Amino acid sequence: MHNLTIAELVKGLQSKEFTSVELTQHFLDRIANLDPAYNAVITVTTEQALQAAAAADQRLADGNAPDLCGVPILHKDIFCTDGVRTSCGSKMLDNFIPPYNATVVENFEKAGAVVLGKTNMDEFAMGSSNETSFYGAVKNPWATDSVPGGSSGGSAAAVAARLAPGATATDTGGSIRQPAALCGISGIKPTYGRVSRWGMIAFASSLDQGGPMARTAEDCALLLNCMASYDDKDSTCIDREVPDYTANLNRSVKGLRIGVPKEYFSEGLHPGTEEAVRAALAKLQEQGAELVEISLPNSALSVPAYYVIAPAEASANLSRFDGARYGYRCENPKDLEDMYCRSRAEGFGEEVQRRILIGTYCLSAGYYDAYYGKSQQVRQLIQQDFVSAFENVDLIMGPTCPSPAFKFGAKGDDPVAMYLEDIYTIATNLAGLPGMSIPCGMVEGKPVGLQIIGNYFDEAGILNAAHQYQQASDWHTQAPEGIA
Amino acid sequence: MSWDTVIGLEIHVQLATKTKIFSGASTAYGAEPNTQACAIDLAMPGTLPVLNKQAVNYAIMFGLAIDAEIGQVSAFERKNYFYPDLPKGYQTTQLEKPIVGRGNVEIQLADGSTKNVRIHHAHLEEDAGKSLHEGNFNSSFSGIDLNRAGTPLIEIVSEPDMTSAEEAIAFAKKIHSIVTSIGICDGEMSQGSMRFDVNVSVKPSGSDTLGTRTETKNLNSFKFMEEAIKREVARQIDVIEDGGTIAQETRLYNGETKVARSMRSKEEANDYRYFPCPDLLPVVVSDEQIEELRRNMPELPDARQARFVEQYGLSEYDAGILSSDAAMANYFEAVSSACKNAKLATNWTMGELSARLNNEDLSIANSPVSAEQLAGLIVRIADNSISGKMAKEVFEAIWAGEGSADQIIEARGLKQVSDSGALEQMVVDVLAANQAMVDDYINTDEAKRKKKLGGFMGQIMKASKGQANPQQVNQILAQKLNELL
Repeated sequence: MHNLTIAELVKGLQSKEFTSVELTQHFLDRIANLDPAYNAVITVTTEQALQAAAAADQRLADGNAPDLCGVPILHKDIFCTDGVRTSCGSKMLDNFIPPYNATVVENFEKAGAVVLGKTNMDEFAMGSSNETSFYGAVKNPWATDSVPGGSSGGSAAAVAARLAPGATATDTGGSIRQPAALCGISGIKPTYGRVSRWGMIAFASSLDQGGPMARTAEDCALLLNCMASYDDKDSTCIDREVPDYTANLNRSVKGLRIGVPKEYFSEGLHPGTEEAVRAALAKLQEQGAELVEISLPNSALSVPAYYVIAPAEASANLSRFDGARYGYRCENPKDLEDMYCRSRAEGFGEEVQRRILIGTYCLSAGYYDAYYGKSQQVRQLIQQDFVSAFENVDLIMGPTCPSPAFKFGAKGDDPVAMYLEDIYTIATNLAGLPGMSIPCGMVEGKPVGLQIIGNYFDEAGILNAAHQYQQASDWHTQAPEGIA
Repeated sequence: MSWDTVIGLEIHVQLATKTKIFSGASTAYGAEPNTQACAIDLAMPGTLPVLNKQAVNYAIMFGLAIDAEIGQVSAFERKNYFYPDLPKGYQTTQLEKPIVGRGNVEIQLADGSTKNVRIHHAHLEEDAGKSLHEGNFNSSFSGIDLNRAGTPLIEIVSEPDMTSAEEAIAFAKKIHSIVTSIGICDGEMSQGSMRFDVNVSVKPSGSDTLGTRTETKNLNSFKFMEEAIKREVARQIDVIEDGGTIAQETRLYNGETKVARSMRSKEEANDYRYFPCPDLLPVVVSDEQIEELRRNMPELPDARQARFVEQYGLSEYDAGILSSDAAMANYFEAVSSACKNAKLATNWTMGELSARLNNEDLSIANSPVSAEQLAGLIVRIADNSISGKMAKEVFEAIWAGEGSADQIIEARGLKQVSDSGALEQMVVDVLAANQAMVDDYINTDEAKRKKKLGGFMGQIMKASKGQANPQQVNQILAQKLNELL
């Protein structure tokens, strides 16, 4: 059952080939048996899952089942779940049980999905390797000595290991696409404002966006149908009708103009990755798409701009974790300042502290204009690059990340090397554009991701191209050894 | 050497919205601690702010009231600092693009002249919670009440246009009058609905160079503000005349002990690291929205004062005082229209009632005597049912909750005797019983006789148990005595 896609599971459930309870128990068993090797799941909600599955079966029997009724999924532990610990991968929130659901969680509940548990992640979504989690690193199912990517490494590894057919994730600078690429699955970051951020613990508010992960583009479309919504609880959420993302999946790519930015094939790109991505582009060309070389001249500025803006916003977003009202508080504080300092020093990991310090510095009097102000100008230039590019092309494609999954500790001592992991993904967050990664090859036994960037609110166009590619390729059906 | 004083004010005005500026929690005052703080106010992870449109409308109304430029696009910033009553670790406020731009407020001075005070801007922001250091907490703990956290405020920033404590108070009172008249603030100073930060500096008379200023924060009564300014001006002059210099600092004034102290110096000032709040979109105000608010603006205090003079025949002075406080103006109009006697309504509202409220430290909104009850009392004064002295007794009884004027007059048998036959009999009886006094009256010089009338009056009032109508008794008495001459 774990090799079926979500589309197939929905059919199977509706035609009563199997029940949601059977399906849910199957995935719970897989988590129990396999996850000790991957550490992809922080919290398993066995009891609630089986209850929800039984309720789903009842609705399926009654014939009034919503779209995803009975389908098991996992939520990234950044989405608040009413009554279930939501840690954000941090010691700071190890004891935090929200009294409310994220809108994304609500949407899946309404659609009848069954939540198996919460996935591991880089602490507060800050990281590209999942090594910053308080709960320990997630291991890549394709090579357990290598990272799964981050920050949504738990969700990506869980989907790759067939611990769940789909999972929610978030992407601030590549946190959906990079782990999707490294784990050989599909994941889409929608346009900023498409998915509600209510109840999604903030890292960098102007960049954070939730999105789904699954093995196929079609499954991502099914999940996004449910995940995307207008939400008046999130002022940055955009009031725009959610289309049926599965409606145009079968449209041909004939005549589709695909922009290939030369800056995405420059120094630092692994030759094997380049080869796989070029081959994928050639395949799309065979299917009738047209490849157009384009330039995104300010690409090189995206990493430095991002590493000012994201930490600046994070430095304020994480101020609420002060030990006063919830979360970690140090033992026996001697006064208020001691409570603040030790609670935060002991509750936050090293990378989170590094980014808080960077952000605080960038916003300080005398530095604001040179760092934050300048970065916002760069952000506009980057956005303008894309706006110009989309005047001539329908989609932009290139590698998701510079190389396949690296080994644990390989970049641990060098934050800048780690930050360069996101060199191809960050610009879309700065511009607010939708982007996706789908598997397109293997290098040294590890998956390679093809990134597809679309114009604002053209998630359907991205998913269409991804689906068409997957009709002509089988990278997305491959499974790590011992999984299938 | 003589000195000029320069004063600028920052006024925090709590907006009278039902819910908070970024959440749906109630803003009602006086609830049990932390019962009016929702997940957003507590800054729970993942929660997000949604701007209260009514708060924006109220801010725009203030802008219209002071004839200010309205920011068609205003934006919110985060002001970062750590304090337990600030749950998010930042205050959401406006810095670069405030909703209300430059405006003007005209104040009236004691000598009858007027003066213009320029408003630099007014911006929207959220209030913080309260730290509680007393009560059930032992010395090593403080309590935090977040009911107030997220209450909408506008902070009104004046130019340093005031030159004395009196001008500053007149300005503060005018702002109070404006915000209560247009209904955007309840004006309850004792509940912290309006709080004042006062920037004060002194300079040699006539000098063009401003002195170093200090800021005294969080004054919540006109009285404390006046004291604080006078003391600070005197302190600064003393320091300078003793050869010292004024340190730029933030000060606190304790209204109870009348002692001011330094809170923090310029060097200790926070770097607030303002930056645009990414959770909120810029506030875009349309011309239609502004015009709609302009059309529905309640009467402003200046217009109301003019109308009181015109409609009720009040003096400028009385009209000014009554219109300066919206609650008082509304009260006065209610009394006046119920009793149809604007003069008595004015006298009683400004006189007995105001004095009594002041003594008890009550606002007119919480007056134990309703407008209807005061009107009922005035009706009985006007129709001579009771004397002025009785009226005071009845007023006290209404205040004490004994009912309407008519009920009290009835219950206490206070009805004034105005029946001329009965009064005449009383006078005749008293004269007959006091022949010596009558003889004395007759034998006194005509010029001094008037003084002797008081004695008869006393006897008659005593005989009538105070219920004789004094004007009528006076008349009858004079007539009877004249007949004896």
